[in-house]
This record gives sequence, structure tokens and C-alpha cells, in this order.
Amino acid sequence: MDNHAGIPGSVQGSLRHNGTMANIRELDVNGTRRRIDADAGRTLLSVLREDLDLTGTKYGCGEGQCAACTVLIDGQPARSCVTKVGAVAGKRIVTIEGLAPEGRLHPVQEAFLEADAMQCGYCTAGMILGAVALLRSNPNPSDAEIVSGMNGHICRCGTYPRIVRAIHRAAGKGGRA
Amino acid sequence: MRRRDFFAALGGGIAVLLVDDAGAQQAGRGGMNRQMPQDVGAWLHIGEDGVVTAYTGKVNVGQNSRTSLTAAVAEELRVPVASVRFIMGDTALTPFDGGTAGSQTTPMMWPQIRRAAATAREMLLDLAAQKWKVDRASISTANGRAASGSHTAGFGELTQGQKLVQTIAANVPLTPATEWKVAGTSVPKVTGREIVTGAHKYPSDIKRPGLLHGKILYPPQFGAKLASLDQSAAAAIPGVKVVREVLTSPRAGFGGDVVGVVAPDSETASKALAALRAEWAPAAAQPSSDDVYAYFKQNAEGGPAAGAGLTTYTIAYIAHVPLEPRAALAEWNEGKLTVWTGTQSPFGVRRELMAQFQLPEESVHVIMPDMGSGYGGKHQGDAAMEAAILAKAAGRPVERNWTREEELTWAYFRPGAVIEVAGKANPDGAIAEWEFHNYNAGASALRTPYHVPNAREQFHQTKSPLRQGSYRCLAATANNFVRESYMDELAHSIGMDPLAFRLKNASNDDRLRAVMEAAAERFGWAKRKKTPNHGFGMAAGFEKGGHVATCAEVSVTNGAVKVLRVVEAFECGAVVNPEHLRNQVEGAISMGLGGALFERVEFAGGKISSNRLSRYRVPRFADMPAIESVLVDRKDLTSAGAGECPIIGIAPAVGNAIFDATGQRVRSLPMAPQGLVRAAGGAG
Repeated sequence: MDNHAGIPGSVQGSLRHNGTMANIRELDVNGTRRRIDADAGRTLLSVLREDLDLTGTKYGCGEGQCAACTVLIDGQPARSCVTKVGAVAGKRIVTIEGLAPEGRLHPVQEAFLEADAMQCGYCTAGMILGAVALLRSNPNPSDAEIVSGMNGHICRCGTYPRIVRAIHRAAGKGGRA
Repeated sequence: MRRRDFFAALGGGIAVLLVDDAGAQQAGRGGMNRQMPQDVGAWLHIGEDGVVTAYTGKVNVGQNSRTSLTAAVAEELRVPVASVRFIMGDTALTPFDGGTAGSQTTPMMWPQIRRAAATAREMLLDLAAQKWKVDRASISTANGRAASGSHTAGFGELTQGQKLVQTIAANVPLTPATEWKVAGTSVPKVTGREIVTGAHKYPSDIKRPGLLHGKILYPPQFGAKLASLDQSAAAAIPGVKVVREVLTSPRAGFGGDVVGVVAPDSETASKALAALRAEWAPAAAQPSSDDVYAYFKQNAEGGPAAGAGLTTYTIAYIAHVPLEPRAALAEWNEGKLTVWTGTQSPFGVRRELMAQFQLPEESVHVIMPDMGSGYGGKHQGDAAMEAAILAKAAGRPVERNWTREEELTWAYFRPGAVIEVAGKANPDGAIAEWEFHNYNAGASALRTPYHVPNAREQFHQTKSPLRQGSYRCLAATANNFVRESYMDELAHSIGMDPLAFRLKNASNDDRLRAVMEAAAERFGWAKRKKTPNHGFGMAAGFEKGGHVATCAEVSVTNGAVKVLRVVEAFECGAVVNPEHLRNQVEGAISMGLGGALFERVEFAGGKISSNRLSRYRVPRFADMPAIESVLVDRKDLTSAGAGECPIIGIAPAVGNAIFDATGQRVRSLPMAPQGLVRAAGGAG
């Protein structure tokens, strides 16, 4: 399901003849080709937030330790704070803003609301995308599988037990999860 | 604010201003509220469109006060939750507030908002009675509508053509908890949908046209002074401006010299920061995280306690680690400053900015979008100050969002402490002697809740090498850890069950006994079975109007501590929102596990080495025990806050369980940063 065609001019644009990083001109974000002009060495996180105003993706640590910045790249979860934008040109990027495109919530989003699986909510976007990826690879995970699959995500408010419950609930909904 | 100004800003309708007769609101109000009656604590407006807007200077940082306050309006005004909008923490629109702290939103603001809404409902009844010429008693209100016989009208219709203001005292009567219909129920989080869709704008998400990104040059060591600066390489980067300014109030450890850069994007700003060539004059020798405990006692005001036979406990400094670091965006327009920032004290931040820029309060507007948590860690306006300085020099709006390294170094910390305790229990279980000394952490929960004749309890002010400040329950966590650990020591000294020992000595506090009994019953304390490497512990206490008892089960395998199960009973008067209260209790336990077992700020020579999440461990999914919360709902008691108290029980309960499992008494927080062995030698 992730066999999205590459975008001409984007992938090969990531390296110049002299080996330095070139600017990236286009990203495929949430099903839309977005024009940008970003140094290939910049982080995907900063391009999403600053250039594309997709602020649902959060900065938490800058070193891939908290997963608040999680996005999906060709369906796989990635830490956008340690992902160079040059590495994802032509790939299909999904941020939290792309999960409910027509306003209809994804089952994981619904489950987080139903389980009250948040307090301040700052980790929530990363948690939800991490959970979406987990359920794609394992549609009916056990508690232990959820814990090991999500352990890279930090919720400082400590809603972990509720997030585990939300993921079970989303698994029960099946559907697009 | 004059009456006509009020309606010019809000449109016609009716408004209720609530005068805070508690006198908690002090000088410093401003902006739109400047000419309000003194002591206005809250206000509420119902527009001609039927929209209900309520205003408070309190802020929402994850504790769900936006939802509980909205439910308060819905309850008393008889309107749907969805029709209520809440403006919070905006210095131009909301009443002055001293800061969101001390679990005060529920006991203080919640009843005020309810009174304002109840008064508005009565005004609507008057309007309907006049309009329909019917007996007031014949009118019913529900779902935002009034009805009497064949008459029916929405609240908005009733307010049409009206510009009514009523000022009321905060002591008007309220609907008793036993009759609540919306309050006291699990109203879902009102911003939930915005959060799960990524639409909610946190302080670090705010954008303005022409926005620049700012960075600040921090000293390499606390107290180091800027000796020289070569900014030529940084200033040569296209789009970069270097800014220098002096703080009128120097910041502890940082000083007063502000050097910063602005650039069109954050990565260019980082490059410019790295291109600054600064030389620093080093600071004098400073204690490290290992020898700070001796330092606390050496520097105690009036000298350390002289008591003999004291047992020493130590408490490490820990960091709040709000997942959203400090963030601010500042914009200047014709000499007036607007700042969006994450803070628990928007009015306090305004005061800081007024002092720095020599501005009157109507020229500084601080807006606080619901932020990515605080835990007591976001009272000062550091990021706001930096953004404002940079924006003023740049002549453009500037965003100043701290990095995690900055947050873990230049924020303030929960204080470290040395605590010394001594006591004696009689063979019948009565406590005969009790002495308790806290160095540095503070006096919250210094006094034992148990009945002890002639207790000697003292807080000793001393010096702190690190900038320190408030934290969820602050010193109450340290003091409860030591008291409840030592209560366990005393119980064992006379061979008495720790629960029975506490119940006997809590004969003066029915609420404390009630939560202990509730936790013990759910946990199965009386039926617990000792097995190798497993242990059970409990703790209890009260703080900020809440009473808590915690039972824990742990396993200890080759020094590795695993908390398996936690049951916590909590009572904070009449429960406002059961689901959100459970969430707070569970979250406090989860967060408290970090400080209990492994969180510790490591420092030496004025430098923090635990300055990244890879070097500062916080609780994760895999650290979680099974958590059960037991809510003791006392509808006969005033509702108290719940964001803090539930954190105090977990550390001593776990410590006592470790003792039960191993026979080893751990007298330091964190108890097992690298497993149990190293922690055992932690006394300072």
C-alpha cells in the first residue's frame, strides 16, 4: 500500500555534483505535493513546522528520544527531528493533520478521546501516529507488544496506561487501523 | 473598564462580574480590566448570539481546568457544555490572577465561576419574566433556553438589546454537590478533538507574519561572565542579526548579559549561534550533585541541627521536563508588546516585561495558549523576555522556543534536600518522640499528620548551587518520602504492621484514615503474601486539601527494582470530574515513579551533565505498574485541587516495599538510579 511513485526532480535533487546537499523543492505531505525550498540537510521537523505550518508535529528533544515528532514515511514511523528532509523527498509523508482528512477521525484518534488518553496533549500526535503504525504491523497487539512498540514515546503527564487502553480499543475498532 | 467599553469589546448582552471577597486578587490588573471594580476574580458574558464566554486568569496546562471550569458554567447556567467558550490567562481580557499554582484553580476559581454563572441564570429569568409578563417561578431553564407555558426563548434572544452588567459578591449560594447534573460527571476534555487532530496551537506553534527565529548564547557554566565577544562571523550569515541587551533583573546562574541571534529559520539561527566567538570568565568553585548534601548542611542559616541520633535521608534535584520546552513569540507594534508564551503566570510574566522595558501595563499583553504541561516548572518568563528583547531589536516578530538542552539546563529545578529524622515508638504503637529537619527543599508537609506530642520540626534555609523553584507538590514529596519511610522504620522497630501503626497514630484525622483503609482494602493489604524478592509497602499523607494513601508491590531482582502494582486512594472533597481525576491520580503516580527510582539532575563545576533526554531518564511505558485509583467522593466537602497531592505517596510506598522485599532501607531519592546497590550508599 506504500508503493507511491517517486516525484521527478525531488529524489535526484538531494545531491549536487560536488557532493553538497542541494535544496529540496517538493514534498509529498498528507497526499498533497507541497512546494518548498529547503536545504536538504535541514530536519524534516523544522520544514514541516516552519515552512509548511504543519505544527501538529512537535519538537520534544531533538535527538529521537521522545517521539513527539513522529510522522509516517511510506507508512513507517519516523522521528522527524532526526530525519533530514533530503532523505524523504519523493516519499509519502503523513503527519497528524493528514490522519483525518475529511474531518472523520481515524479510529486511533477516536480511541484516544474515548480513553481520555491525554492530559496536556503535547505527546498525543506522536503517540497516535506511533499507534497507527503499530496497529498496521500488528492489528491485535498484547499489552507487552504495545509497551515494547510504544516505549520510545514519552508522555510526561504519565497517561501511559490510558494510551495502552486506547490502542486496545482502536484495535477492537479494526477499520482503517 | 467602563460599562460601554465592556460591551464595545464583547457586543451586547449581559455580563456578570464576580468580586473576589477572599481578597486574593491584588494590584497589577490592567488592559481591558483596568477599570473593573477592585477584586474582580472572574467574569462571564452571554452575547446576543447565545454564546457564553467566561474569563479567568487561570491557565490550563494539562490538568483539565478548562474542562472543569466549562462544566461549572454549564452546571449553573443550564447550558450545553459545547456552548461555553473559556478565555484563560490573557492579561488583556481576563481578570488579574496571581498564577496557576498550589492546586488553587478548583478550590478558588471553580466556585467563583459557578457563582457568576448562577447569577447570570437569575438575570435571564428576570429578563424572561419581564418580557413575557409571567411569574418568575413559572420559568424553567434547560439546554440554554428558558420556557414558561407557551413561551420559549434561547438565552441569546433574551439578551437582545440588553447591555446589563451585574456585580456580585463571591459568597452567593451555589448548587450543592448532591444536586449536580453536569459538574461531578466525566465531561470529556473540551479541547480533545483539537489535540488528537493536531489543530490545537500550543505556545511553540504560534506564527505571525514576518516571523524570525531567535537563539540565545548561554554561558558554558553557571555564573560564568562574558569577557569578550566576536560576532563578525555570525553577523555575516545572510539574514542573521546579532542582538545584545542587558537584563534589569539578572537571572540566577545566567547573569544579565543577553547575547542573541535572529534568523529566518531555526537552523540558520542555530548556525549563527554556533558562529559567535565568546570568551568567558569562569565562576568560583561550585558543589556537585554528589557533594551538594554536605554543602546544604554547611550553609544552613543558623547552623545545622544539633540533635543526636538523627537518621539522614537525601533528595536529589530533579527536572520538570515538560514535553513542550519553554516557548514564546514576541511582537512589537508602535511601542506595545504582545507575547504568546507558555507560562503558569501570565500576569507575572507581564510584570517582568514591564520592568525590563519600562512600560505601563496597558502596553504589555501576555497571552497563554494551553501549553504542553508545566508541573510547577513554568512560572518565570525567561523565554518571553528573550523573545521580547530579540523582537524589539529585530523590528519583527521573533519566536524563541527553547531546546531540550536549554530546558534541562537553564530552567529551574525541584530543590534537592537533606532531611534528618529521629523518632521513637512505644511498644503499643504510639509515637513517643519525633524530630524532623529539612534542609533546602521547603516546609510543605514538614509537619507530620500523625498525632505526636512535642514534635520538633524545622525547615532550614540554606544555599542552592542550582536555580530552584516550584514543582508539583514541591517539598511535600521530599517530606512525605522521609516521614513515611521513617514511619515504616518505626513500625518495624516494634514489630507492628505498617498500616495498623499508621491508623493508630492517625486517630486525629478521619480523612487520612479513610483513604488508608480504602487503599488497603482494594490492594488486599491484609491478605498480602510474602514471596522471595517481592515486597509490599504503603504510605499516606495530605497536601493542598487532598488526602492520599498509596500501596505498592515491587520485585527486586539482582538490584533491579520493578514496581508491579500500585493502588492509590485519593480524596479531595466533592469530585468534580471522575475520569479526569483518575487521569490526574494515575499521571501523578507515573510521574512520581521517576523521582522515586531514577530521576536525578547531575552536575559538577556549574555544568549540568544530565542535559538531554538520553542522559536524563523519565518514566516510560515499560516502567509502568498496574495502577488502580480509588476515588473517595466526599460530596459534603468543598472540592480541592488534584494536580499535586496524588504524587506524594508513590516514592515512600515503593521504598517501603523495597525494604519489605530486601531488608534494605533506601534513604535517598532516587532510590535505584542504576539499580539498588548504588542507591544504598546515597546518604550525604
